[in-house]
Amino acid sequence: MQLPATLRARLSEGPGAAEPLPVVRVPAAGAAPFRFVARRVRFPREHEFFEDGDVQRHLYLRDVLTQVAEAPERPRVPEFPCQVAGCCQVFDSLESYEHHYHALHRSVCSICKRAFPSGQLLDRHLLEWHDTFFQVLAEKQNMYQCLVEGCEEKFRTSQARKEHMVRRHLYPADFRFDKPKKSRGVPATICFGQGASRGFKSTKKRGKHH
Amino acid sequence: MWRRHQGRFRPVGCGIEELRRNRREREAALRKARREQQLVSRRLLRDNALEEASGVVEILGEAEILQFLRLAHRGTEEKEREKALVSLHRGLQHPETQQTFIRLEGSMRTLVGLLTSNQALLQLAAARCLHELSHSEHPAVAEACLPATSYLLTYLSGHSSDFIELCLYTLGNLIVGSEAVRKQLLPQGIVPALAACIQSPHVSVLEALGYALSQLLQAKEAPEKIIPSILDTPLPQHMLRLLQPGPKLSPGVAVEFSWCLHYIICSQVNNALLITLGALSTLGLLLLDLAGVVQRTEDTGLELLACPVLRCLSNLLTETAVEAVEGQIQLGDERVVAALFILLQFFLQKQPSLLPEGLWLLNNLTANSPSFCTSLLSLDLTEPLLQLLPVSNVVSVLVLTVLCNIAEKGPAYCQRLWPGPLLPSLLNTLAFSDTEVVDQSLELLQLLFLYQPEAAQAFLHQSGLQALEKHKEEVQLQDRVHALRETVLHG
Repeated sequence: MQLPATLRARLSEGPGAAEPLPVVRVPAAGAAPFRFVARRVRFPREHEFFEDGDVQRHLYLRDVLTQVAEAPERPRVPEFPCQVAGCCQVFDSLESYEHHYHALHRSVCSICKRAFPSGQLLDRHLLEWHDTFFQVLAEKQNMYQCLVEGCEEKFRTSQARKEHMVRRHLYPADFRFDKPKKSRGVPATICFGQGASRGFKSTKKRGKHH
Repeated sequence: MWRRHQGRFRPVGCGIEELRRNRREREAALRKARREQQLVSRRLLRDNALEEASGVVEILGEAEILQFLRLAHRGTEEKEREKALVSLHRGLQHPETQQTFIRLEGSMRTLVGLLTSNQALLQLAAARCLHELSHSEHPAVAEACLPATSYLLTYLSGHSSDFIELCLYTLGNLIVGSEAVRKQLLPQGIVPALAACIQSPHVSVLEALGYALSQLLQAKEAPEKIIPSILDTPLPQHMLRLLQPGPKLSPGVAVEFSWCLHYIICSQVNNALLITLGALSTLGLLLLDLAGVVQRTEDTGLELLACPVLRCLSNLLTETAVEAVEGQIQLGDERVVAALFILLQFFLQKQPSLLPEGLWLLNNLTANSPSFCTSLLSLDLTEPLLQLLPVSNVVSVLVLTVLCNIAEKGPAYCQRLWPGPLLPSLLNTLAFSDTEVVDQSLELLQLLFLYQPEAAQAFLHQSGLQALEKHKEEVQLQDRVHALRETVLHG
C-alpha cells in the first residue's frame, strides 16, 4: 500500500475540512435492480465482525504478566526500621515499608490510636467517637452516615446504620471498620507512632461520651 | 510516551516457535469461547520474588493449608506469620490447592481476618492469596471469595497504591467469575468506589481500574444493570480525560479505558451523553496521535489501542446526535481521513485482521459526508484504497462500499474517481468467485456508468462484457448483470 508523500504532511498541519464538490444525484442511481444506499453501519457487542479484535484483546489480557514489584525501581535494601516515632517495625523492602506506612500511620486516630484504611473512615470515626457536637446533634437528627462509597443515607444510631449496610449493601454484619470501640485491642507487637495521626484537640478522656 | 514500562509486562515464554504454536492454539480456544459467549480473561499480578522462587508448584493438602493458616493467624512473630502466608500464596497457584482451600471450613474467614488485620505485611500477603484465588476459572472459587469483597472495595479509598492496584486486579478477576459476585459488588458500591478511585494520580492504579471496569462492562447484564449507573457518575468524563493525547497519556491506561468506552458505546445506553462530553473529538484526536506514533515507532502493541478507538468512533458516528451538537458538525477534520489511511497501512503490515475495522470507520465517515469524500479524492487516496482489494473478500466488499459512497454523490465525484486504476481493479473483482464482492462491484459500475458515461465505453473496450458474462447465471446477480449490459451496449 503506497501512500502519497503529502499525506504525512497533511497530518502535521492544522485541522480543516475540504470544501465539498457539488452533490448531484439522479433517481436512477441505486434504482432496481440496483440497490446501493450509502449508510453508516452499527455493530452490536456480540457481532462476529468484532471477533478478531476481541480475540487480540483477550490474548493481551492473558499474555502479559503484570507485576506489583518492579526490580529496577524497587531494589531490595538492607533491613531498616520504621521512621515513625514509637514504631518498632523492621522492613527489608521499600514496598513493604510503604504499605506499612500507608496502612498504619496515614489515617490514625490520635486519641484512641486506631488505624483506618482511608481518610474518610477516619473522619467518620473522629466525628462519631470523639466529637461532642456530633453527639449533641445525633440526639436530634440522623447523623450516622452510611460507610459505603456513594451512599448518602444517614441513620439515628450506628446500629441502624449497620442494619442498613447489611440489608441494602450486603456488607458483613461484623464489618471490621464499623466495630464498637476496640473490640480486640491493638496487638502487642504493634506500636502506633504519632506520625500523621489526626484528631480533635480535646482534653477529654476518650470514651467519656459513651 | 508510548514505550511500555520495561519489566511490567513480560510475556510468559520460551522459544519463538513454541511461543507461536502456543499462541495459535490459544487464539483458536478464544475464538471458540467467544462464539459460545464464554470469552472471559483474568489478569495475574505476581511478585518478583515469588516468581523467581517458582519452579514446580507443589500441591498443598488440607493439613498443610491448615498448618499455614494456623501459623499465620496465631504465630508469635510477624515475620513468621508472613512467611506462612507466603507459602500459602505459593501453594494457591495450583488449582487443586485452591479447591482444597475453599472446601476447608473457616479458611476464608481466617484469610479475611488477616486481610483486615492491623499488620500491614500480613494484610498484603493475605491480599496476594486472595488474588491468586481470584484467578481461578471455577465459579465456586470466585464465590468463596465473596466475604472479602466489601474490604477490597474499602481499601480502594486507601493510600497505598500497590495495595489498591492489587485489590483492583483481584476485583476485576472476581467480577467475571460469576454473576453472584456481581450481584454482591453492585450493592456494595463498586461503581461509586471506582468513580472515586479514578482520580488517583498513580498510573498503575488507573490501569488496574480500567481493567476492573472493563471486566464489569463485559458482563451480560451490563447494558441494563451496570452501564446506566456508570453513566450517572463522573466516570465517563474521567475516562475521556485519560484518553486525551498529550504527554500525560499512558498507553496501558488508554488501552483499558478505550475498551471500556467501546463496551459502553456498543451497548447504546446513552451515547448522546458521551457525544456531549466530547467523546468524538477526544477519540478523533487520539486517532491522529496514533497515526503520528505509527510513523515514528515500530511498537506493534499499538493495535491494542487502535482497535477500540476505531470501534468507538464508528459506532458513535451512527448516532443521530452526531449530526449536530449545538449546531456544530462533529468530527469534521479531514486529518482523520489521513490518519486512518496511515493506520490502514500499519494494519496491512502488522495486523491485517484489523483492516475491516478501519474500513468500517472509513465507510461511516464517507457515507453521509460529501466533505470527507472530497478529502479522500483530493488527498489522492483512491489508489491506495484499491491496493487493499486483494487482501480478502471482506476487505474487498468494504473497499468497494467506500468507493460507492463516493460515486453516489454524483458526476463531480465520479469524474475524480474515474481516471487511473479503477477500471482494471473492477475488471479484477468481477473475476472473483465471491458473490458479495461481485455484487458490490456491479453497484459501483452502475453508479460510474450513470455519472461518468465514458466509463461505460471504456468498460466495453476493455472486454468488460466478457467479465460480466461469467455471472449472468447467478440468481442474485443476473438482473443487474443484464441491466449493466444494456447500459453498456445501448447507453
